[in-house]
Amino acid sequence: MSRVLVPCHVKGSVALQVGDVRTSQGRPGVLVIDVTFPSVAPFELQEITFKNYYTAFLSIRVRQYTSAHTPAKWVTCLRDYCLMPDPHSEEGAQEYVSLFKYQSPSVTFPKWLSHPVPCEQPALLREGLPDPSRVSSEVQQMWALTEMIRASHTSARIGRFDVSNRFLLLGLLCPEQIRPDGLLYFRWMAVMT
Amino acid sequence: MLQEESDLSLIIAQIVQKLKGSNLYSQLERQAWASLQRPEIKLESLKEDIKEFFKISGWEKKLQNAVYSELSVFPLPSHPAAPPEHLKEPLVYMRKAQGSWEKRILKSLNSMCTELSIPLARKRPVGEQKELLNKWNEMGTDEPDLSLFRPVYAPKDFLEVLINLRNPNYENGDSLSFRTHLGLIQVPLKVKDIPELKECFVELGLNIGQLGIDDSTQVPPELFENEHVRIGQKVLAQQDSAAAQQYIRQGSPTALRAELWALILNISSQPEDVLYYEQLKTNVIQHDLLVDSLIYKDVKLTASNDDYYFVFEDYLYQVLLCFSRDTSVLSHFAFNSASPPKSYIRGKLGLEEYAVFYPPNGVIPFHGFSMYVAPLCFLYHEPSKLYQIFREMYVRFFFRLHSISSHPSGIVSLCLLFETLLQTYLPQLFYHLREIGAQPLRISFKWMVRAFSGYLATDQLLLLWDRILGYNSLEILAVLAAAVFAFRAVNLMEVTSLAAAEKKNHLRELKSMSLDDIVKIHGLFWLF
Repeated sequence: MSRVLVPCHVKGSVALQVGDVRTSQGRPGVLVIDVTFPSVAPFELQEITFKNYYTAFLSIRVRQYTSAHTPAKWVTCLRDYCLMPDPHSEEGAQEYVSLFKYQSPSVTFPKWLSHPVPCEQPALLREGLPDPSRVSSEVQQMWALTEMIRASHTSARIGRFDVSNRFLLLGLLCPEQIRPDGLLYFRWMAVMT
Repeated sequence: MLQEESDLSLIIAQIVQKLKGSNLYSQLERQAWASLQRPEIKLESLKEDIKEFFKISGWEKKLQNAVYSELSVFPLPSHPAAPPEHLKEPLVYMRKAQGSWEKRILKSLNSMCTELSIPLARKRPVGEQKELLNKWNEMGTDEPDLSLFRPVYAPKDFLEVLINLRNPNYENGDSLSFRTHLGLIQVPLKVKDIPELKECFVELGLNIGQLGIDDSTQVPPELFENEHVRIGQKVLAQQDSAAAQQYIRQGSPTALRAELWALILNISSQPEDVLYYEQLKTNVIQHDLLVDSLIYKDVKLTASNDDYYFVFEDYLYQVLLCFSRDTSVLSHFAFNSASPPKSYIRGKLGLEEYAVFYPPNGVIPFHGFSMYVAPLCFLYHEPSKLYQIFREMYVRFFFRLHSISSHPSGIVSLCLLFETLLQTYLPQLFYHLREIGAQPLRISFKWMVRAFSGYLATDQLLLLWDRILGYNSLEILAVLAAAVFAFRAVNLMEVTSLAAAEKKNHLRELKSMSLDDIVKIHGLFWLF
């Protein structure tokens, strides 16, 4: 099955705004671009290709003519498709994009997914939290050490400090930053070997 | 799903296309033919038997390494509608900025040419050729008059261009607002923040052993070093590029470094490679380029004055002069935002058949360029191998440090990453330096452009470059630059001018710092 370019007329973008007031601060974030197809013959739309220019999210609505007597209705094909994962940075800002029709056997007119797969969110999930009781016992040991050192009032730097054969502590001690609840203020880095 | 599958087949097709033209392909073919003699290869199961043979004999590994190399170097195929410029650099305003910068460089080169009445290229008379061949190994003893030559540009000129980069679609305004960047770089590129850096550079976490830190004399070698060396030897025995790249993230033992880098960069000195280098050498002998004088000047000004590198002066000429003539470097311009300067044979302006690239490799050296080669001289002593390693390092990494692009490892992103890290974690220092007119980037820019070569002691530098290879990214340069500032934060808070900040020993003498010290501090970032 060969694919051909469909002639279309792309109108200029129109800003959606509330009210008539046009101020420089109140720049609209939503623009609408109308695309019309001058050819009368029906066709199956397979792919839409365009080059982005700083659009973050895209929605596509199609006006469908089903038959002669029912009025045409608007169908949302794509809603808030993410083109720029971070709209305040340049990622995806000027990329070439293709949107494809998903295979839909029953319908003749292209039926697009109205809720497409959202763009990937960077997953910053921490895999596997440590065992809480283990953490608390280690924290206890560190706290005890803190108390010991505070009691001895030294501002000397501690290099590597062997606590037990399981711990190796690296630390920079700033005594003036000791507070009663002590622990969080220390820049202790515990290295478990 | 369909999209992903078609992307994958496109990538595969691209790689196959590339490898078909390579040496490896013809070698594999020869090996396949030769293997037909072997008794274990049966006609009924020819394909499987040959595949098995490749696996056992190590040829499959070589192929894997070649594929891995292609994946690391070449960007993913872009959208079919995207023109070639888009692959070089997707953002139009950056392409334009790079274009103007190149025009400026060329203008400077051409005016130097006219002023000094020296041709861009000339054929050497036979006598001169003989002379050069005789002193090929000691070109450093030559003292040509280079006083009239000046470097085409220096890093600080390039910094000014980057400072003036603006996205026309980004509303910045002249007045300071919450949207203005406080640093020098004003373009809103996406840079990683600390959680993302932590995730990316997970092997640099404090709970994982590092060479350069955990192999110091206070730490008993049984704890980390011995095991790490043993694994390194195993990786080399396996000859697996991907494994080597993973291994080197924790640093490379000095004895294994040269081989590991060659494995990661997929460089094996074949007779063809040595022959290619000899061919380049012949080109140097036969023709003299104006760019050669620039190289001489640069080496004399930088590497020759450096305590660590002056001994390698001759090697530097042998590598850089050949590099200028190597047209195979031109292929990297497909994904470099820069373009090679094009000139036309006299009288044939505009006719593509008479277009030539100048210099033949398309790269005009700037002040400090030779410092990219100098540290490699510690690892490789055979000129053709040294040459290959440098060339590969250049087309993978170094070119990004002196061209304007939006790539995450490009110099613009590195500058922005540096400034963002500093502002986020040392806001007081950043503000203070800004107030006294010593924007931190003005100090750290030259470190990053040179990948710290000449600024860090060589053993520390090589450990840093280990990580660049391991992560296939230059972001570590920005993190290190920020870490240096953090390390000297207390001293820097006391300075009152840019000159003082630069002059004072604590930043000038980076060479006395060890990564050990810096990483303990830059380890602080991991804690925040």
